[in-house]
Parts: sequence; structure tokens; C-alpha cells
Amino acid sequence: MADDALFEFLHMEIVSHIYKEQQSGKGEMDNKDRAVCVSVLEGMGFRVGQGLIERLTRDSPSFKDELDIMKFICKDFWTKVFRRQVDNLRTNHQGTYVLQDNKFSMLTQLSSGKQYLDQAPKYLAFSCGVVRGALSNLGMESVVTAEVSVMPSCKFQVVIQKL
Amino acid sequence: MSRQSNRTTDSKKMNSELFTLTYGALVTQLCKDYENDEEVNKQLDKMGYNIGVRLIEDFLARSSIGRCQDFRETADVIAKVAFKMYLGITPSVTNWSPAGDEFSLILESNPLVDFVELPDNHSTLIYSNLLCGVLRGALEMVQMAVDVKFVQDTLRGDNVTEIRMKFIKRIEENLPAGDE
Repeated sequence: MADDALFEFLHMEIVSHIYKEQQSGKGEMDNKDRAVCVSVLEGMGFRVGQGLIERLTRDSPSFKDELDIMKFICKDFWTKVFRRQVDNLRTNHQGTYVLQDNKFSMLTQLSSGKQYLDQAPKYLAFSCGVVRGALSNLGMESVVTAEVSVMPSCKFQVVIQKL
Repeated sequence: MSRQSNRTTDSKKMNSELFTLTYGALVTQLCKDYENDEEVNKQLDKMGYNIGVRLIEDFLARSSIGRCQDFRETADVIAKVAFKMYLGITPSVTNWSPAGDEFSLILESNPLVDFVELPDNHSTLIYSNLLCGVLRGALEMVQMAVDVKFVQDTLRGDNVTEIRMKFIKRIEENLPAGDE
């Protein structure tokens, strides 16, 4: 069974590759280029999240409601994908959830504190996609964003899209 | 809600799936970005190389393997320690060349290709080519220049997956100019 370190190395290399490819030929990356990179990474994460949730919930009974699903994401899903549970879940009970992970696995190798803060979004895009993909396959369309103020603590904001 | 039984097995399996699915997403993305399979193969090799040059440090730190005396020992370490540690499989080492500078790794199963099927229009894609780059990069960091390639691939209809490794030469340790 594949080792955790392998995924981390692969993820770092994927991020590096996507940014290098987007930058090739140009001197500086502008915001549009960065948005493309984030979007590609998020898209990859989306497909992975869909696949993972399918495998994980194969034998589970169906969920009672939205909050039930979010709790599952914070506990079981987060544990399987990011190797720990979400530390804090907040909601306004109107479709917005904030998931706080104080030791987010994609950031622990980057820094603890404020160093490289501007690099953090690159390493969060994929994970946002994973969460969005998981929710999508559970029947919830959402917008998932992440923000970091002090590494490796990270807040994911999930806004459920009501159709 | 959470399943209590087989927690460890489940967790390891899930991580394997995370890696496998992510790798699949990567190959899919590369196929979209590049015109032909040759280019994708090259990119996978390059990315593998970049991973390999860092992975070797992780490997050496976690396995406390000392310096290998010869290429045969290297082969054993790769198959029995490295592959086991990172992919949970132990390929067999066979088909040594008479000069002892070339061997094959036979993989009965390949975690990268779980759930994968190659579509017809990608018959020359070497799906797991990342592995070749990883091996090449890792060995370069321990002063060995090697050539690594897939000669059989279950994804392309063969019975097993076979990786051929050839020792090219020993790389002299080049200290940067001005260093003691």
C-alpha cells in the first residue's frame, strides 16, 4: 500500500510542474496565470475527491442531513485523506461551514509560522478540489476556498450552493 | 458512522487510493496538455526524476541502509526495501546480464494502475513512467548513473510488469568549486 510520503512528494511535484508549465516563456506570472494554475490543481483534486468518497462510503448508510455529511467530512474523510480530524467546525446553519485544521498535512512541511505564506495557496488548491469533489458526489454542490494566516493552521470555507 | 474494524488496513488502503487516484489525475492532465504519448512519457520521467532526487533522502533516513557494495546489492535494496517501503510490493530481481550490469524487476502487481485502463488512442503511453524517473533520480544522488525503462506492462496486455535497469557508470562526487 502506498506510503504517505509518496503522495506528499507527488503532490509537491505536481504543483511545481503546473506552475513551471504556466510560466514557461514569460518572465513573471500575472494573476491570470496563477488563477489558471489554481484552477487546474483544483480540477485535479475534484476528480480525486469524487473517487475517494465513492470508495469510502460504499458500505455506509445514507446521511441524515447536510450537517451529518459535514461531520463525516470532518471526521472520517479528513482522517483518511489528511491523516487527522478537523479541529473545529463552525457553521451559520445557512449553508456556510468553516473547517479549521491546525496542522494541515499539506502545510506542515512548508513552514510553521509566517514564512512562505504567499506560497501556501499553491499547496491548498488541490485539497480544496478534493473536498469539493467529495461533497459533489454526496449530492452537495459547493464552493471551497482555503485561507492561511499562520502555517500549518488552515481554514477551509465551504459554501453549499442551493439550486 | 465510523467503522471501527480494520482501521489501520483501511487507512493504509485509503492512502494508497489517494496516491493512485492523484497519479491518475496527473496522467490525465498531462494527456490533455501534451499532444502525444511520447511527450507525456517524457514529462512523467522528468517529474519522477525530480521526486527521486528528494525521495532518496527520505529513504536513507528511514531505512538506515548503508552503502551498497555492488550493483547486485543495490538491486536487492531497491526491490526488497524501497519498493516495499513506498509501494508495499516486493518485485523480484531476475534476468541478470552476464556482465552483472543489467537486471529486471518483475512486478506482479502495480499499485499505480489500480482502476486504470488505457484507452485505444494511447497505446504508446507508458503510464507508470514516473517510476523510471524516480529510480533514475534517486540512484543519481548516490553516485550511480542508470538507465531505467519498462519492457513489459500489464496495462498494455503483458502478463507482468517488467522494469529493466542498466548500470551506466559511477558518477564522480563533484564538490562545488571553493568547497573544502
